[in-house]
Amino acid sequence: MGKERLQRYSLAGPENQAAVQAGLAGADWFRSDVPRKRMKELMRRSDYPATRDTAIWLGLILLFGGLGIAFWGTWWALPIFTVYGTLYGSTSDSRWHETGHGTAFKTRWLDEGLYQLASFMIMRDPTVWRWSHARHHTDTLVLGRDPEIAAMRPARLARLIANFIGLVDVPIALRLMFVHASGRLTADEADFVPGPERHKVYRTARIDLAIYAVTIALAIGLRSWLPVLLIGGPRLYGAWLLNVYALTQHAGLGENVLDHRLNTRTVKMCAVNRFLYWNMNYHVEHHMFPLVPYYRLAELHEEIKHDCAPVYPSIWAAYREIIPAIVRQLRDEEYYVRRELLPGAPPLHVPAPVNDGRGLPLAPAAAA
Amino acid sequence: MAEWIAACVAADIDPEDVIPFEHAGRAYAIYRSPDDSYHATDGNCTHEQTLLCDGLVDGGVIECPKHNGRFDYASGKALGAPVLVDLRTYPVKVEDGTVYIDVG
Repeated sequence: MGKERLQRYSLAGPENQAAVQAGLAGADWFRSDVPRKRMKELMRRSDYPATRDTAIWLGLILLFGGLGIAFWGTWWALPIFTVYGTLYGSTSDSRWHETGHGTAFKTRWLDEGLYQLASFMIMRDPTVWRWSHARHHTDTLVLGRDPEIAAMRPARLARLIANFIGLVDVPIALRLMFVHASGRLTADEADFVPGPERHKVYRTARIDLAIYAVTIALAIGLRSWLPVLLIGGPRLYGAWLLNVYALTQHAGLGENVLDHRLNTRTVKMCAVNRFLYWNMNYHVEHHMFPLVPYYRLAELHEEIKHDCAPVYPSIWAAYREIIPAIVRQLRDEEYYVRRELLPGAPPLHVPAPVNDGRGLPLAPAAAA
Repeated sequence: MAEWIAACVAADIDPEDVIPFEHAGRAYAIYRSPDDSYHATDGNCTHEQTLLCDGLVDGGVIECPKHNGRFDYASGKALGAPVLVDLRTYPVKVEDGTVYIDVG
């Protein structure tokens, strides 16, 4: 089961070709009809929101990092590093994401600078993941094509849980750093990272490894965990919130669907969560219109919500669906959450005759 | 050999915007810059062939609506990942309020 499952989700496996043959790769996806004039307003960028939010974010990280150093050796360090680690190891994900799209700032170097920093913090190679994420947007939840499917069907439950403290992502990231530093890519990465871009991957891995080597040397030299708690370590002990947010995006929903209204969730969140997550809770909106910056997604939501499935009123509401779905998929891998569009919404986008447009396994259908 | 085709009325394009144009089965994108110069490129992104006419035009750059790939629309130059191949550009002239592009 395990090997077969990995094969199905591998970009180097047979599902990739099956998806291409079935017309699911690089296909047209449903998009709501928003007037061009309004879309231009929504796509327009400004440096102010992201500069303000980044100043607050980095300020908090520096503040709690400083407090962590000051209170090191006392019990106060525990809550302080919990906050520091969560800001570093979880919320760098949304900064990585938004700047990776190039939509956070109007000024390119600001966007690129934060992208490089956030990529380091979240332990993702900025080049590999830029291409990986482009593929995720092209072929969202298409088997054999999307390299960013968080919850397989059936889920690798132990790994999902362990990853709440980074126990999957971090070892993989470290292994990949060594692979990249030696001038190689994995087979999956080679499927989406073009040749002319690969030298950047190798260079970044060598720089990152050097930073971690210095951090570890400092820890050994000082005979203290403090350097590791400040650099790198938060990706373990602070990763929990990243996973809480990320699983709401697609977990449990249909695969091989060319309609983000059906394979993606928009979840209402409070102002604090929306700051920490940079509004990525408006995930249907983001996938449908990736050019809209995070600070305009709430407005975009108002424009298209009548076209979509009902929004989830809270993180808790989303997990009331996600957890049972993942558990049920452990014994019934054909199961997925079928989202129903609101009355009057444009109909289901049926992309190919090989499935019902919602998520039947592709390979058997293609072979039939 | 030049083959000038009437593509659109100049006033149909807002300043700093783009509209689609199709001729002989080929998609083009026609741009109007903030200083009222007009430009034309292929209509599809060189990355994954997404139509550029739904993208963002800002500061001489067209940004693809699907993956945010960026091109200088005057030169067609690709400005970085995920676009690595330049856009083809076409000569443009405006006569009597009509935008013509040379598709020859």
